Amino acid sequence: MRSTKTKGKGMGLINITSPIDAEVIEKLTVGTRVLISGVIYTARDAAHKRLVQALDRGEELPFDLKGQTLYYMGPSPARPGQVIGSAGPTTSSRMDIYTPRLIAAGLRAMMGKGSRSPEVKEAIKRYKAVYFATIGGVGALLAKSIKQAEVIAYEDLGAEAILRLNVEDFPAIVANDIYGGDLFEQGKARYGRK
Amino acid sequence: MRNIEVSAITQAVAQLCQQANFVLGEDVLSALNQAQPTEKSPLGREVLSQLIENARIAKEERRPLCQDCGTAVVFLEIGQEVHIIGGDLYAAIEEGVRQGYTQGYLRKSIVNKPLSVRINTKDNTPPVIHCEIVPGDRLKITVMPKGAGAENMSRLAMLKPSDGRQGVIDLVVRTVDEAGGNPCPPLIIGLGIGATGETAMLLAKKALLRKVAEPNPDPEIAELEREILAQVNALGIGPLGFGGTTTALVVHAEVMPTHIASLPVAVNLQCHSARHKEAVL
Repeated sequence: MRSTKTKGKGMGLINITSPIDAEVIEKLTVGTRVLISGVIYTARDAAHKRLVQALDRGEELPFDLKGQTLYYMGPSPARPGQVIGSAGPTTSSRMDIYTPRLIAAGLRAMMGKGSRSPEVKEAIKRYKAVYFATIGGVGALLAKSIKQAEVIAYEDLGAEAILRLNVEDFPAIVANDIYGGDLFEQGKARYGRK
Repeated sequence: MRNIEVSAITQAVAQLCQQANFVLGEDVLSALNQAQPTEKSPLGREVLSQLIENARIAKEERRPLCQDCGTAVVFLEIGQEVHIIGGDLYAAIEEGVRQGYTQGYLRKSIVNKPLSVRINTKDNTPPVIHCEIVPGDRLKITVMPKGAGAENMSRLAMLKPSDGRQGVIDLVVRTVDEAGGNPCPPLIIGLGIGATGETAMLLAKKALLRKVAEPNPDPEIAELEREILAQVNALGIGPLGFGGTTTALVVHAEVMPTHIASLPVAVNLQCHSARHKEAVL
């Protein structure tokens, strides 16, 4: 991990590489801003269902889950010459039901938008994983951080296929860390008024 | 009596699908620009800036504002004097959506058999079509790409008359509170009150077509809109749920007469990527 403008515990901006090393996870405290570079995989509802079914049947997964980063995203189609279409996050909570299983099987990081269930947060603490939130609805902007995109599984799912992405400085923020921190709860407590 | 060819309708729909997905409305952009400096959370202010920047990129490069190019919700106001010729109206609209989503490299997000295999229809059809007959000889077409994120957090409640005005306010606030960051705040909140259940839902969605800064012309309802907005923003959910004072940009309420025993209240949430474009034939 290359550390750049770290302004203090948990609130700095850090460059990290995906797949993310286990030691790096400990430094990713809630509210930490990150720029992710390296390899991430995409999967949404339908792909998650298939991945868990494969785990249940003892089948090989289309990619090795251990240590990887999953981005909940289904892009719009790329125009000729574009790497990818618009590529912002989908609502993570729809994947909550599948996530503890994947984390137990070695998934290290997830990225999406919106909050997670208590079960997911528990799995994050127990297995030392991390959940990043990125900005929903800025699909055109986020596409700029994706340098390569390839369908690697479930092509029949169209926009829901599993992609392998090469990303550079993909912006995100730590929303749930291994210490029980929750960005959404924290933010609401700070700015909510009765 | 004025003839309108279905081919003109197909062409208009195809254009509107694309325009709506690439170009954020001026009124929405204006509201975001106004909200940005007033947001109390520094992270919230940055998020709002990113939304504004995203709109610039999308417009310049003809990229979808959001990868969820939505369900194509198409509203038609058909003048009573209009005679549609050359084919089936609904098939023409469907073809327009098909063409628009293909030519525009928009995401195809519609699946058949939602309870079982959920197979993508590959062209974002069928659209959702709402037709209204109005006086005159014009045909007004509005295309609203409605993303699932905010749509999924919407709700209908059949309140009791005794729940009253406060019941309505509480319902909206509770709905937004439970949704948290999922519908991509800052929101535009559509509220439909009265009639019967399905009509309240439609009113709530049509309320989203109003210009952002425009209140309901009835001063009492405008007051309700302001009151709900203030309470929603007091929740502290903020842009994308990261915490802040801009959870909603505006509340638009539409009210109709209703049954003596009823108080149907529909809340249709619209995310910050509030997309709709119209054309008049």
